Formats: sequence, structure tokens, C-alpha cells
Amino acid sequence: MTAVPHAIVRFDRVSFAYPGRPPVLQDVTFEVPPGEVLALVGRSGAGKSTILKLVNRLLLPQSGRVEVEGRDTHDWPGIPLRRRIGYVLQDVGLFPHMTVGENVGLVPRLERWEAHRTRERVRTLLDLVGLPADSYASRRPHELSGGQRQRVGVARALAVDPPILLMDEPFGALDPVTRVEIRREFTRIRRELGTTVVLVTHDLAEAFALATRIGVLEAGELAICDTPAAVASSQDPRVRRFLETVWALPNGRAAAPSGAAEESRRP
Amino acid sequence: MTALLQFWHSHAGELMQLVRQHLVLVVFSTSVATALGLPAGILAARRPAIGRPLLALANVAQTIPSLALFGFLLPLPFIGGVGPRTALVTLTLYALLPVVRTTVAGLRSLDRAVLEAGVAMGMTPRQLLLMVELPLALPSIVAGVRVAAVVGVGTATIAAAIGAGGLGEYIFRGLSMVDTTMILAGAVPAAVLALIVDGGLAGLERLLRSGRPRAGVMAGLGATALVLAVALIWPAVAQGRRTVVTVGSKNFTEQIILGEVLAQALEREGVAVNRKLNLGGTFICDRAVRSGDIDLYVEYTGTAVTAVFHETVPHDPVEALHLARQRYAAAGLTAGERLGFDNTFAILVRGADARAHNLHSIEDLRRVAAGWTPGFGYEFLQRADGYPGLVKTYGLTFASPPRAMDLSLIYKALASQQVDVIAGDATSALIDALDLARLDDTLRYFPPYDAVPVVRTAALLQHDEIGRALKRLAGRISERDMRAMNRAVDVDRKDPKVVASEFLKTR
Repeated sequence: MTAVPHAIVRFDRVSFAYPGRPPVLQDVTFEVPPGEVLALVGRSGAGKSTILKLVNRLLLPQSGRVEVEGRDTHDWPGIPLRRRIGYVLQDVGLFPHMTVGENVGLVPRLERWEAHRTRERVRTLLDLVGLPADSYASRRPHELSGGQRQRVGVARALAVDPPILLMDEPFGALDPVTRVEIRREFTRIRRELGTTVVLVTHDLAEAFALATRIGVLEAGELAICDTPAAVASSQDPRVRRFLETVWALPNGRAAAPSGAAEESRRP
Repeated sequence: MTALLQFWHSHAGELMQLVRQHLVLVVFSTSVATALGLPAGILAARRPAIGRPLLALANVAQTIPSLALFGFLLPLPFIGGVGPRTALVTLTLYALLPVVRTTVAGLRSLDRAVLEAGVAMGMTPRQLLLMVELPLALPSIVAGVRVAAVVGVGTATIAAAIGAGGLGEYIFRGLSMVDTTMILAGAVPAAVLALIVDGGLAGLERLLRSGRPRAGVMAGLGATALVLAVALIWPAVAQGRRTVVTVGSKNFTEQIILGEVLAQALEREGVAVNRKLNLGGTFICDRAVRSGDIDLYVEYTGTAVTAVFHETVPHDPVEALHLARQRYAAAGLTAGERLGFDNTFAILVRGADARAHNLHSIEDLRRVAAGWTPGFGYEFLQRADGYPGLVKTYGLTFASPPRAMDLSLIYKALASQQVDVIAGDATSALIDALDLARLDDTLRYFPPYDAVPVVRTAALLQHDEIGRALKRLAGRISERDMRAMNRAVDVDRKDPKVVASEFLKTR
């Protein structure tokens, strides 16, 4: 792998362990250039989510460096760093006591935007994710379907136009049809905004559908981090073993049900 | 039922006053408990190491019976004393536990994904608490406040025992006068109040759980509560300024009448009087007059020497008075002139039994005691000059150990054959009304119990009117007068106020 200038996110020989447990990550090194979508795949417990938490400084590495926008996370104050990073969770985590509009407008409010500017932004974002503000802004999360909630989650993460977006199993809880639809839309939105994305997924098909780069994590080590084509043809035994195990599963996923649309991708 | 409605109708002003006092106690104590319990609950939820002992402490406070807690607090400086202050502290302690517990439960039960989202969005811990955690835990917290308020309405009735007012006044007064109507006159509004408070807060809780209310609604509720609190407390504050002399009394009919007599005699001298009548037993009144919570009350010489100063009472009435006077003087109190009657203990049996067994004196009890059960008040059982000395002096052996019961119930218990012999008051109206017979104390076992006003010496020097009023009353209330007044209240159901005023008019 060649060093990329101006990498947005950069891991340099990063190791991490929770106190008194075996290491979760060992010697992980990778870079995400601006505008790229990095998908991290691997089995449960391979350390995927830990990488996300190292990026937004919920965790700090024991050794090695994590840089965000060229600055070591040790030197980043946590709160301003997190405001520059959108975050989409698997169970969305929308605030149930707030309306859809308030959820989306929360980070702008924390950033003390003026009310009308926030209102405009919420409107734009809800339109962007296909939930017209007029009919959705004043609803509450429990009045929405799973797919709609997920869209609100994406809109909320994009609210202050963050340079980086972290997504942890973002579409894992959706039914296959909705999942395909929302993926397509996500790709459109991302192209429009040019946001850099780090995505964690069990779903290899999802990784191939969305990512410009794919990282395969095996037992805390990054076996490969390269373009989808390079990953697919890699001769690294750990990568082959992982890919073969996953392709052998009925839906091309490491776990849980998945969309049928990607079945044709099987080699 | 009609009697109850009539009572309310004729006491409408007083009833409103008591409801107001009751609400002040509950609103104030619940608010303070919420203001303290909420941060305590947040701390406890964050730091289990602090939270566990905190909850244990709140639990312990909850298990102390309210009357006992009032007793503990009475002698303490600043928070103690007779009156609403002690009651507020007690009620606040009781209200703390539910508030703290539900705050902890509410904060701990939050969805982890929601909290994680908040942190990842770059919320500071403070923002997370104020914008996410507390709003989501609010319904649970309101549920705790609701429990606290409803428990408070109930516990506040007991506050009347230490002069804090409230609807318990009617309940205690009714108990001491054996007047069911008066008990209900206090108990029914207290129950209704509890239901209204419960319903109101349940509504608020539902509103919050539905997730509807906005900041505007909450601000409105807060403003309403504030206005209510000020409206409730202001009259008490305004009234507190005018009061000059505070009259107290113990918690039985005769004491309440005497308290009224003192109060009205003072008012005739042009003094503004604050009444703290119906204050519980000797201990509470003594504490109150020593601490200056009340300025005067009527005590009995025998009670003063034994129960207050723990000495043996001389059997000569004048010696007893002098001894009491000396001891009071050392405590900064002045025992005035005797009012004119001796309310000593009277050993009472049913009139029918007295006639059947030809009982005239306590000595005669020896013949029948083996088959009889005695019943005595708590104080009589404890006092050296009470039950233990009585059975020793007269050589009595009863069928079973004495039943301890409240003074207010003891005459009825005798009349309804639950017990066979009791110690009552020589001036009780119920002796005639229930056809009871008083047995002569031929061995002069019981010491004199002459009624004397006990006044704070400082108050006496400060207000000449007190001395003038007491001089007018000295030696003017005979045993017959007292029994007649007791009868007017206990049997004829007259208001002690009216009885006292009629008595003073005839002087």
C-alpha cells in the first residue's frame, strides 16, 4: 500500500486491548483518502467497531497513532472532534422524546446555529433522504418504519456536513428490499456530498456494493486493505479463507439474513 | 353523615385554614425532597459506590415511624421545635426515598443505543444529562414525586401532634374528644386530597410518557406550582408577624379547653394570640415551652414534679406547688397560681360493677382483681407514680397484665367491657356520661395534680398582659367548673372555643 497524502483517517501500527483482556487490534495500519468509502468486514469480535471508536476518540490506542485530518487523536479535544464526525448506529439511537426534525437539528443546535439556519438545514437533509420535511419533521421516531428511522439516522449524522461519516452496521436491521433501496440512495447522497466514510459491516455484499476500499479484519489484524477488485483476487490465505467461508453461506453474508440482489456477485 | 356536613358547614373557615396548612406541608416538603433527591439520584446512578449507602440511608429514614421521628427531631436546634418546621423536615425525609429511587431507576433503564448516539454526536456529559437522560427519565421521576406527595398527604396528618396544623388537627382533636364526626371531618378531606394529588400527578406522568409536552407546557406547570406555593405560604407569613403570645396545650379535651381559656383571657387583655393547642403529651409541651416555641400552657403540679423533673411528689398540695415552682424557676419558667382544681388520677370501674360488688375504694378492688383486666394509658404505665406503685401500695393482683391504650379510647374500652378497671382523670366528663364509678384513694396514693399555668419567665416580663390575665384566672376554675366544661365538649359536642368564651363571660 502506498502512502496517500492528506489522508482523512490514518492508522499507523495501532494496537488496542481492553484492560485485562487479550488485544482486540494488533498493529493495524491503513489510510482513508478524502472522498473514499472504506468498508471494514470481518467476523464478530474481529475488532471492527473498536476501529470506529478509535476514530472518534471514544477510545485511545495503547500503541501506534490514530490521525484524523492529519492530527493525532491524543491531541484532539473529544467534543469538537466528534462534532466533525457523523455517526450512524445499527439501532439508530434516535432520541425518542424529540421529533424527527429535532433529532436531525440537534448537532446544529449544539453548535449554536441560528434557528432559521437549522430549520433550513433540516429541511434540506430530510428532502435528501427522501422524507419530505412537511410531513415528517414533526413526527416522532416511534411513528416511523425501520427504514425511515434509518434514513433519519443518516440525515442526523450529516447535519453539520461533517467531513467524516462513521457507520456501524448501518442497514443491518432492515428488510432486504428496503436495504437495497437505501443503499442505492446512500451512494447517491455520498457522491453529492463527497463525504469520507468508514463503514463496518458483516455483510460482504454490502461492502462490495458501497465501498471504494475494503479492509478485511481477521482476529485483530488487518489482512488486507485495498480496492474491491484487489480484495476479490487476493492470494493472502487469511483473506481467501474469509471470503470463501462467507461466499459459501447462502446469502453471501458472514451472519444474519441479507438482500437477494447481490447474489449474482458470487464468483 | 348529616352531622359531618353540619360540622364542615359550621367550621368552613377553619377547615379551609387546615386544608391550606396541610397543602403547605405537602407541597413544601415534596418540593424540597425533589430538589434534593434529584441531584442525589443522579449522583447515585453515576457512582454506585456513593449510591448504595445513599439509598440505604434513605431506606432507614423511611422505616422510622413518623411519630418517633418527630420525637427525635423535637429537641434539635434549628430543625427541631414544635410547629411546622419539624414537620417539614420529617416529611421531607420521608419523601426523599421515592424520589431518589425512581431517579436512579429512570436513569439506569435508558436505552444504551440512545446514550451512545448522544456521546458520538459530541454532546458534553452535561448536555447529555439535560437534553437526553433527564427528559427520558422524567416520567419515572414524576412517578416517584407522585408516591412522595401521596405518602406526604397521609403523614402530614400526624404533624398535628407537634403543632404543625393541617387536617390531622381534627383527627387528633376527634380522638381526644371521642368524637367520630370530628375524626371524619379531618380524615375524609385528607383522603380526598390524597386522591386529587395522586390523580393530578398520574395525569402529568401519562402526559410525559406519551411524549407530548413541550417546554412551554413544562414552564406553565412550573409557574402554576410557584404561584400556588406563594399563595399557600403568604398568609402564614403575614399571620406570623402579628402574633405576640403563643399558647400551647396537651392533646386532651381539658387541655384544649384550658388552652382556649388562657388564649381568650389574653385576648381580652389586648394581646394577639397564636394557638398551638393539641400538642401531644407532657414531653412535647415541656420541650416547646423551654425552647420558646410556646410561651405558656397549663401543667399539673404532680405531673411536673414526676414526669418533668423526675422527683417524688410531696403529698401536701402546697409543698408540691413550691417544689414545682423551684424547679421551673431554675429552667427559666414560672409556675403561676393554681387555677383552682385538682385533676388527680381517678381509678374508675363500671357503675354496675361497683354496685354489684359493693366497691367504694381502691382497697375494695382486692376482692375482685383476680378476675379483672386493667387498661391504662401509656404514660400511666410508665410513671413511677402510676401503675407499678398503685398495685404495690394497694396489694393488687390482676387476672392479666394491664392493656396499654390511648387515653382517648380508655373510657369507651371500660364501658364496652374490653377492660374492667382504668385510671382516668378526676375531671373527666365521661365519668357521669358513661355511668362510671370513681373509687376513693383512701391510702392517698395519688399525689396532688393542681392545674397551674407554666409561663416562660422572659415572656412574662416582656408582656405585662400575661401576668394580668393569669391573675384574673387564679383560683377561679373549680373542679365542678372543669367537669362541666369537659362535659360540654365531650358529651354535648360544643366547640371548645365557645365553651371557653361562655365560661369567661360568667366570670
